[in-house]
Amino acid sequence: MLVVLFCLLPFYWMLVSSLKSPGDILDNQLIPTRPTMMNYGAVFSDQNTFALALKNSLFIAGSVTLIALLFGIFASYALARLNFKAKNIVLATFLATSMFPGVAILTPLFQLFADMGWIDTYQAMIIPDISFSLPLGVWILTSFFRAMPWELEAAARVDGCTPLQAFRQVILPLAVPGVFTTAILIFISAWNEFMIANSISQTPASQPVTVAIAQFTGVSQYDQPFGTQMAAGVIVTVPLIIVVLIFQRRIVSGLTAGGVK
Amino acid sequence: MSIRHEEIQAPPSRTRRIKASTSRHSDGRLAFWLILPAIVILTIIMGYPVVSSIVRSLFGDTLGEAVPFVGLANYIDVLFGNDSGTFWGSAGTTYFFAVVTVSLETLIGLAMALIMNKAFRGRGLLRASVLVPWAIPTAVTAVLWKWSFDPVGIINSLTGAHIVWTGSEWPSKIAIVIADTWKTAPFVALLILAGLQVIPDDVYEAAKIDGANAMQRFRLITLPLVRPALLVAILFRVLDALRMYDLPAIFTHGANDTTTLSILVVQSTLSQLKPGVGGALSTLTFLFIFITAFAFVKVLGVDAVGADEKTKTKEVTT
Repeated sequence: MLVVLFCLLPFYWMLVSSLKSPGDILDNQLIPTRPTMMNYGAVFSDQNTFALALKNSLFIAGSVTLIALLFGIFASYALARLNFKAKNIVLATFLATSMFPGVAILTPLFQLFADMGWIDTYQAMIIPDISFSLPLGVWILTSFFRAMPWELEAAARVDGCTPLQAFRQVILPLAVPGVFTTAILIFISAWNEFMIANSISQTPASQPVTVAIAQFTGVSQYDQPFGTQMAAGVIVTVPLIIVVLIFQRRIVSGLTAGGVK
Repeated sequence: MSIRHEEIQAPPSRTRRIKASTSRHSDGRLAFWLILPAIVILTIIMGYPVVSSIVRSLFGDTLGEAVPFVGLANYIDVLFGNDSGTFWGSAGTTYFFAVVTVSLETLIGLAMALIMNKAFRGRGLLRASVLVPWAIPTAVTAVLWKWSFDPVGIINSLTGAHIVWTGSEWPSKIAIVIADTWKTAPFVALLILAGLQVIPDDVYEAAKIDGANAMQRFRLITLPLVRPALLVAILFRVLDALRMYDLPAIFTHGANDTTTLSILVVQSTLSQLKPGVGGALSTLTFLFIFITAFAFVKVLGVDAVGADEKTKTKEVTT
């Protein structure tokens, strides 16, 4: 029970605060006396570019997920299923790259993108995001592929399938749940990314939600944006939480296999 | 799933011999082509910037056409020059955060994992609520805690304190530690829980019969057996904590000695026209984290790849 309270109380506070009007927001009442949706209105008002930021985040995180999955599936199939030399070294390298500090590539990439006129573009955020999402994808997918029943593929190979056919017709359909879980994990990590986006995106045109929320203004221009920020926080978090709760079993096994945020 | 299974197994195996003789060689070649794209992409995205930032760090920062080659001067400047305090200060801050947050998260995470491993009623609710802090973006977490730590915010109101949390060094650091611990301890708990679930019940039963009390069972059975999972969790967390950026960046913008190495590198990238020094800073940050990881693996013998084999068996059994 203590654990549940520890985890949920701050989130509850976010929810409650998002329902309070600017006048009530700092009264620190644990239950809102006069709940209002005005903060949610302010989130989508003209002075905040939140709707655009949502679209940007969806596009960036979606592209990152697709690219990382596409290349990750092939690599992790090979790592989980095929016998070849240097397998463990390759796997360890992927793990090591997923632990790689993002700042180490940020400075040179920023200069490169500046020279190419790519600052404030989607691709300038998608490309650096691949550096953490692809190794993450390979690592989690490999453990999912490994856990699938070997005999099926062997049987398909015995029946004359090439490894590629065996992969497409036998393994891939069985792998859908694992791939889907990996997609959720990659999407969340890209959706939550802040450091790279904060450096690259300089105008609302390319800002993802994480950056937008940190720069929010309030209901009126002079208000403290507490309620608005909390409302926006609820909007970007609740869909994630719902998806996570629906697939919690798989997500937990994916997380513990990946061991990476 | 079962239908598919039958379809494939139905025809009796005709060519079992062929598989054994051909697979090994063609496996290697196929594996090479399947892995190559991922490796090429990562080499370009990560290899190029790392090499170019090392190269750039060896050149000066004079404005103009040709930048002079200065050797290790940028590094000497950053490490021992007039402004070297900036680098060492943020390195100290980074390691302070890493040591304190990871210690707290490991202790709390271990306690939570032990509870979750025991609880049978409401286990689903437990696991669900543990995932909530993990799913909230760190940037949103930072904003939430920033308001909670406001001078007139909920924390001061509940505790009756009158602290300007973001106003001076230690309150800021404590606030950041608390926010990070809340966000990540549940995640550590999940990693440790995976290790706990591998321990078979009959080991505990046997110990009980032999008269071991709860404390002895924890110290002599749980701890040694959960050690591999624990070490991997700590390693991941340490490396992650050393990259800390979002929380202090939003909380204090790096003020009051909360500038981590990541914030320092980003600042030097964005706001200063000193690509040479910036390159040196990011290379040094990379080296520090790399050396820490290496030392960790060497000294404690963390076996990340081997530990994965264990989680694998756990997945199969559940």
